[in-house]
Amino acid sequence: MSPSLNATLNSVCFRTIDKPNPASLETYRSLGGYEVLKRIITEQTPAVEIINELKLSNLRGRGGAGFPTGLKWSFMPKNYEGDKYLLCNSDEGEPGTFKDRDILRYNPHQLIEGMAIGGYVMGAKTGYNYIHGEIWAEYEIFERALDEARAAGLLGDNLFGTNFSFNLYAHHGYGAYICGEETALLESVEGKKGQPRFKPPFPASYGLYGKPTTINNTETFASVPYILQHGGQHFLDLGVANSGGTKLFSVSGHVEKPGNFEVNMGLPFPELLALAGGVWKGRKLKAVIPGGSSVPVVPADVMMATNMDYDSITKAGSMLGAGSVIVMDESTDMVKALDRLSYFYFEESCGQCTPCREGTGWLWRVVRRIADGKGRMEDLDLLTDVSTNISGRTICALGDAAATPVLSFIKHFRPEFEYYIQHGRSMITG
Amino acid sequence: MLSAESIAKIDRELAKYPANQRRSAVMSSLAIVQDEHGWLSKESISDVAAYLGIPDIAVLEVASFYNMYELKPTGKYKLTVCTNISCMLRDAHGIVEHLEHRLGIHCGETTADGKFTLKEGECMGACGSAPLLLVNNKDMREFLTNEKVDEMLEGLK
Repeated sequence: MSPSLNATLNSVCFRTIDKPNPASLETYRSLGGYEVLKRIITEQTPAVEIINELKLSNLRGRGGAGFPTGLKWSFMPKNYEGDKYLLCNSDEGEPGTFKDRDILRYNPHQLIEGMAIGGYVMGAKTGYNYIHGEIWAEYEIFERALDEARAAGLLGDNLFGTNFSFNLYAHHGYGAYICGEETALLESVEGKKGQPRFKPPFPASYGLYGKPTTINNTETFASVPYILQHGGQHFLDLGVANSGGTKLFSVSGHVEKPGNFEVNMGLPFPELLALAGGVWKGRKLKAVIPGGSSVPVVPADVMMATNMDYDSITKAGSMLGAGSVIVMDESTDMVKALDRLSYFYFEESCGQCTPCREGTGWLWRVVRRIADGKGRMEDLDLLTDVSTNISGRTICALGDAAATPVLSFIKHFRPEFEYYIQHGRSMITG
Repeated sequence: MLSAESIAKIDRELAKYPANQRRSAVMSSLAIVQDEHGWLSKESISDVAAYLGIPDIAVLEVASFYNMYELKPTGKYKLTVCTNISCMLRDAHGIVEHLEHRLGIHCGETTADGKFTLKEGECMGACGSAPLLLVNNKDMREFLTNEKVDEMLEGLK
């Protein structure tokens, strides 16, 4: 039987959030922070034991892809002579996503410990945390936390009197959604335009500066110390089948109390909605984008019957993504909403692959034409055609991400698009 | 010429990367120089390139790729309003309209007195506190209302 909701809210990455000075080293240490790091380094715990614990926990990548973390960590070459790198992806720019910002703000030390543990397990001596350009205050909080950790001997050379060294630095982005794609992020840290690399080779063999590199999301790294402190089985049991542990859900849009909520995987959506104060202004729910702007939109009735875990949301026809829940009430003009999303992908396409560079602009211009009341009925087929011709034909997933909202908005809200085309105005707002 | 202060800050950034990877500090160097001058002139681009030991074009590529760099002069205060989906659902466009009305300019323009530049921005990763804007890339103002915008404008002298 799962514990009551109140007992489990904000229990892993947000466990410092209700304490005084949540971001301080002192607060984190009062919860047993850095003890796992000290233990594994001084006892020389074999890396495979830690990887097995992560596999048991069923921790999956929290940046959106959901790849099993233990497995990812096992891909790093073990007997490689030379530098290896560890990167944290705090470049949250997917519309609807703002969870990692609060980890940096309220619990930066748990992220630092998670990365240092990763450094030990994968034999990386250097790490970088790539922080989204627009969140300067959190960048500074993280820099201060790094200084605190260095001064306390928790980062640096010969940690705890052993021959293990781990140095960690913050790298500040400057406004490019594409750098959340892991190979674009590598290019960006190298001081280049954030244009994704063709894979293979994968970063574990050819990453930062051409060296073996592992990239994980902020929430993923920050979950690791908790898992090793309490055991993989404990974390697994917090969630449901195929979705171990807890998840940060960022709830935005038409709710009374937008914000981040760290809950057990598998929480029914209506309970998450209730945590966010319900749909605002007493209005009715119309639709939800459950995992960030790049996943399919889900109509209200389906969403209200769905639980918040990987398999349930997939069954509902969408994806859990980064847990970025965008709530839309009955007053939402879905054509205008799609217009804004399509503009975003057009603006943020890195320009490298023709189907994405040309296709995202094409999609946006056609959606805009409809929103301007100048659409043609054949535009709906055209949008579908352009979308399906972008998908799968680009180096990275941004092209697919641009196509997905178009396809799902038209699929679920086709009458609204047709009304715009027939009447030159919105069915919703008139 | 890079100022001594900028060089000191750039050197702190350079220390984060391997000695043979000075190019990695290009993003932070540009941000530091932009903070000092308000924008990035051709001369600033060349100065950064020379200091890092990389070609001018490598620096210009970066400066023109990332949204937060300015290649033209802006007002003393650059206001970038996020209008992406979560902010839009909470009437970010109303905030933009209010600012356009108050400042007498459209998005992308600068007031005649050179004080304010108004821009629309892409997702800032803070959707829970929508609507919101950034002052000069660093100072985030959240949960905006027209009244809060008025107060903010009063405070930006």
